[in-house]
Amino acid sequence: MAILEVKNVGKRFGGLQALGNVNLSVAENSCHAIIGPNGAGKSTLLNCLVGKLIPDTGSVMFDGQSVLGRKPYEINQMGISRVFQTPEIFGDLTVMENMMIPCFAKRDGAFEMNAIMSVTSQRDIIEKAEHMLEDMNLIDKREMHAASMSRGDKRRLEIAMCLAQDPRLLLLDEPTAGMARADTNNTIDLLKRIKEERDITIAIIEHDMHVVFSLAERITVLAQGTPLVEDTPEKIKGHPKVREAYLGESQDAA
Amino acid sequence: MFGTAKRDTALLIIVAILTLFAPFLLNPFPAGSAMAQFNAGYPDLMQRFVIFGIFAIGFNILFGLTGYLSFGHAAFLGLGSYAVVWMYKLLDYNVIWGLPLAILVSGVFALMIGFISLRRSGIYFSILTLAFAQMMFAISYSDLLGRFFGTTITNGETGLQVYTSDPQILIDSWERVPHLLGLVEMRSTYTLNLGNWSFDFNAGYYFCAVIMILAFYLAIRIFRSPFGMMLRAVKSNQQRMNYTGLNTRPYALAAFVISGMYAGLAGGLMAAMDPLAGAERMQWTASGEVVLMTILGGAGTLIGPVLGAGFIKYFENIFSKINDNVLHSWFAFLPDGIEDFLVVIVHPFVGKGWNLTLGLMFMIVVIFLPGGLVEGGQRIARLFRGKPAKNDAPDGSKTPAE
Repeated sequence: MAILEVKNVGKRFGGLQALGNVNLSVAENSCHAIIGPNGAGKSTLLNCLVGKLIPDTGSVMFDGQSVLGRKPYEINQMGISRVFQTPEIFGDLTVMENMMIPCFAKRDGAFEMNAIMSVTSQRDIIEKAEHMLEDMNLIDKREMHAASMSRGDKRRLEIAMCLAQDPRLLLLDEPTAGMARADTNNTIDLLKRIKEERDITIAIIEHDMHVVFSLAERITVLAQGTPLVEDTPEKIKGHPKVREAYLGESQDAA
Repeated sequence: MFGTAKRDTALLIIVAILTLFAPFLLNPFPAGSAMAQFNAGYPDLMQRFVIFGIFAIGFNILFGLTGYLSFGHAAFLGLGSYAVVWMYKLLDYNVIWGLPLAILVSGVFALMIGFISLRRSGIYFSILTLAFAQMMFAISYSDLLGRFFGTTITNGETGLQVYTSDPQILIDSWERVPHLLGLVEMRSTYTLNLGNWSFDFNAGYYFCAVIMILAFYLAIRIFRSPFGMMLRAVKSNQQRMNYTGLNTRPYALAAFVISGMYAGLAGGLMAAMDPLAGAERMQWTASGEVVLMTILGGAGTLIGPVLGAGFIKYFENIFSKINDNVLHSWFAFLPDGIEDFLVVIVHPFVGKGWNLTLGLMFMIVVIFLPGGLVEGGQRIARLFRGKPAKNDAPDGSKTPAE
């Protein structure tokens, strides 16, 4: 059963055809990786899924409903959460406040004029946020300004914020970019644990093959805006087309 | 208490005490002494302190929390004044009719202006709000709307005021000035003489002061609410908000409308103290003034805007009154040459030059205390608390501070 169905999606920026004719189907409760060289259109595709860009052609269906023409916050409320390449958190707020905001978004929806009650009176939100922070091992940093945390902690916080909304689909855009090996391995372990503990579908864009092959159940290879192949990690590893896309055509001549 | 945290309750009580005892606190020098120059405890100025305090508290809910810098809030101030004076003209001098209308009218206008202006952020938002305010100023100044309908709405450059020919359908024969429910006239003042000191207790001031304390209390509630947290999130990272399923636009718009209503209330109180409303209240300089007040005091802090408002109004009214004669009397004890020299040096900074002093103070605060006067206060507090701890440190026998 596919939770995300991308059909014939194309996107053109001026003279550049960023996405040609993308067809992609992500099965429910699977982990699907999208890989490809720089400029293959991975990020454009992701932006089309979350409402940041509107594709010129084709359709994007999430759980049987079209996401096209909806605003990012509406798509998020449908159950798609996104983790950014550089962690996007509320830097001026404390870690605890960062964690509470998605809890409020989950409980109260896109807008709620709750201006008279004190935050400290919202016991259910506080308990949920504390539970998430404990789970992510961030509870000792709860009063810290989020901007002053390390890169790895920011990433963990961002993932925790996405999970607090109980999304059905978690989109990760190069979650380990710029991370040290140890932090990368921690992130892999965290994602594996999330996968085991929750009914969640993960779609991941990644450059690091180590991350891709440790997590993904299916892999789509994107090159020049079109999917080259889609298969299991084992098959992808030895696929000649993949080698060609990554290493360049001159490899054959040499 | 009051549903607020301990620290906020303490702050509220301090503000309440300071405003209620302001007639004493602002008149520390005996009347007739050389320092009486610096007394600020006369009704007119005290009213302005609290009215601009309300204006700045409201502005801070928009600028301090969401980071949207409106440059057109004076428009709501003017609207509030017009609303109150119109109620004087149509009903009677009871301020109770005009003030709710002032809040309502400015809220409706803030909704429309905010709806359009909030399509942009940053400098474009500021310019849009400025443009709206200047349009409203131009319309009021020439009474374009009134001329269009063949009547008087803002009464142009003369300003709106009450005439004997106005309907005033509820008026009693004894009413000649603004009053509250017929109980007390806004201008009535009781002067208490204690030795050389004299203190003025003005009904209008206390009316405004009570409203300011309520407005401050409401601001505390908003700051500590989930809504207030969302507003700070708008300032911090709108992208993350959108991808957390939150619609930033209505949050920013709600903050804009609330702060517009505060400004309307402040403008209404101005007309409640003095039954006039002029277009100059909408001018961009008035919008700029509230920005200065908020930044000077400390944007995003609870007490900062009130301090900033008091600071600027004090300078405007006290420093501008110091002239060369006053300076000569201060330096009279010095030899003539030095006296004249000092007067020449100080002259540009006082009297008409009070703006120069204020500008320098503003620069110093912004450069050295980005958090405004509140940050200055915190640093001084830390200095006093930090010093003894340092002295203890080398001596291992003392118990650790924390």
